[in-house]
Amino acid sequence: MKRLISLTALAVALGCGSVSAQYTDGVIKIGVMNDMSGTYADLSGQGSVVAARMAVEDFGAARKGMKVEIIGADHQNKPDVGSNVVRTWLDVDKVDVVVDVPTSSVALAVSEIVRTKNKVFLVSGAAASDLTGAKCTPNTIHWTYDTWALANGTGQAIVKTGGDTWFFLTADYAFGHALERDTAAVVEKNGGKVLGRVRHPFPGTDFSSFLLQAQASKAKIIGLANAGSDTINSIKQASEFGITRGGQNLAALLAFITDVHALGLQTAQGLIMTESWYWDLNDANREFTKRFAPQYKGIHPTMIHAGVYSAVLHYLKAVEALKSDADGAAVVAKMKEMPTDDRLFGQGTVRADGRKIHPMYLFEVKKPSESKAAWDYYKVRATIPANEAFRPLAEGGCPLVKS
Amino acid sequence: MFDVFGISSQALFGQLLIGLINGSFYALLSLGLAVIFGMLNIINFAHGAQYMVGAFTAYFLLQYAGLGYWWALALAPLIVGLIGIAIEQLFLQWLYKLDHLYGLLLTFGLALILEGVFRNYFGSSGLPYSVPPSLQGGQNLGFMFLPNYRAWVVVFSLVVCFTTWFVIERTRLGAYLRAGTENPTLVRAFGINVPRMITLTYGFGVALAALAGVMAAPIYNVSPQMGANLIIVVFAVVVIGVMGSIMGAIVTGFGLGIIEGLTKVFFPEASNTVIFVIMAIVLLIRPAGLFGRTA
Repeated sequence: MKRLISLTALAVALGCGSVSAQYTDGVIKIGVMNDMSGTYADLSGQGSVVAARMAVEDFGAARKGMKVEIIGADHQNKPDVGSNVVRTWLDVDKVDVVVDVPTSSVALAVSEIVRTKNKVFLVSGAAASDLTGAKCTPNTIHWTYDTWALANGTGQAIVKTGGDTWFFLTADYAFGHALERDTAAVVEKNGGKVLGRVRHPFPGTDFSSFLLQAQASKAKIIGLANAGSDTINSIKQASEFGITRGGQNLAALLAFITDVHALGLQTAQGLIMTESWYWDLNDANREFTKRFAPQYKGIHPTMIHAGVYSAVLHYLKAVEALKSDADGAAVVAKMKEMPTDDRLFGQGTVRADGRKIHPMYLFEVKKPSESKAAWDYYKVRATIPANEAFRPLAEGGCPLVKS
Repeated sequence: MFDVFGISSQALFGQLLIGLINGSFYALLSLGLAVIFGMLNIINFAHGAQYMVGAFTAYFLLQYAGLGYWWALALAPLIVGLIGIAIEQLFLQWLYKLDHLYGLLLTFGLALILEGVFRNYFGSSGLPYSVPPSLQGGQNLGFMFLPNYRAWVVVFSLVVCFTTWFVIERTRLGAYLRAGTENPTLVRAFGINVPRMITLTYGFGVALAALAGVMAAPIYNVSPQMGANLIIVVFAVVVIGVMGSIMGAIVTGFGLGIIEGLTKVFFPEASNTVIFVIMAIVLLIRPAGLFGRTA
């Protein structure tokens, strides 16, 4: 029972007349769409609107005489709802760039619509690596992370430390399938073996039945190819059924700091996960968090929020350089041409297939005794350098990279 | 051990047991719905939200009053039941004479408001609540590891279900209740306060939802949408059983839990839909529900 589309309009910066006239209808309109009411609402949700607003402020749009407006919408994790919102945005509301969009099934649908309307799509929330693979478009940039990077980080680390037989618990939609596929490839490449898989409906509540199947497989590692409350419930119930005590280990292939917060360190301790950003990694991130959290009920930013900030900032730079936001493909081309540089992700690049390149980190969740303050949850196990973090350009099968 | 359709009997027994556990939640929730519909003729769409509020109340009691699971089991249904009585007094009592649709719309609206308010203050990821120390651990049954807490859930909900059935179908109080819905004017003539009885019945139905919420808190995450995920399934259970039938709700609740559990083994992708397929079939063949008596 979710509510109908809720639109939150936030006028952010008011510019002065003549300069802004070069942008379509005088205003750069950013549409942040994600799950604002369901299982992914904390890790993206209104927080992504907050992050986008902070990017516009830090860019200094008002000072530069650029008029930027941000609107938000709830796609309820449904591709049909998301498609309708985006069509209305692009056709009626004159939105120039769609941002965030977790839930890969929705993101893949949106990517196609944005391409046909020649606007810009900056993905932070969705994970499927297909967005820069076979389904890449000249209008889409995949910013924060993807299933290949997660598999490469967590999967490889676990296989190398002896976890060589796997059973997957997979969310039954585009994201889960992509994450399972990419992780299985990493496991097999490193000499491991996949013993089986079970696909659960999305979103689910009771995972005990699937966990028993995983237990019966005798695999050393149970790979959770799901996210949000599905992951939280899987981990919670696995501990209840004594699965980890029986010698099997869980691999949360995609988990966010909000999930760890919901689980509590007692249950979450020792989990290994791959992410591209953590609030307590350096001073710049801590400073960002200090500004962000009070605007978002005290919730600390996830890598998705940070990605939205970084992507919107780079978009505005490209539009400023082009002095136009009319041609979506041209803006994306400019974004690929310009190196990225911001306080949260440092320096990076956007590749020809639309993949944003930066380092990834392998984190381990702290024990309750190691955590000194609220939200002090991760320690860094390894840094995966930018050139190894993402799928090599040639292997993705993106038609844009034919040369 | 023998095999059934390629699944070892060991796995099968485990899945049957898990189906039974999930079924006890369906039974407990659909029981509350059936009581409310049977006695008040209100389709209580806020049932899922009240279940969620029950789980949150358990969390609040622990967090702010230091009262653990056992206290919550007694206090949360009481608190949420009182809220239910307030809802009945403020809104529902004006709707009994109107079409079912008005009660449905009102409670649906209440559910959305409750969920929205909780999401606004507590976010959607949920809050941790752990299994009480006395029920931690589990038994190795040979074919599976049964957590003590899950065993407790099955036993306790069976007791609650049977007691409710007994009170309504077999005692004098239950007879008053049933007579009161059948012909309120006549029952009032015997000096029984029918409106108060109906108010208390609604409070009891809501308390059952809250009780299920407390029992769910250690298993599922305490989150604002936990009720929304479950309520549609529970409505299907009630429709299959037959709207308003107490025994129908209990038996179908457990039965469908088992069927859903088996689907998770043989065709996991369909486990969210199987209950609705059964509902469609039942409505085609026996429109009055499995336990319904066609007039």
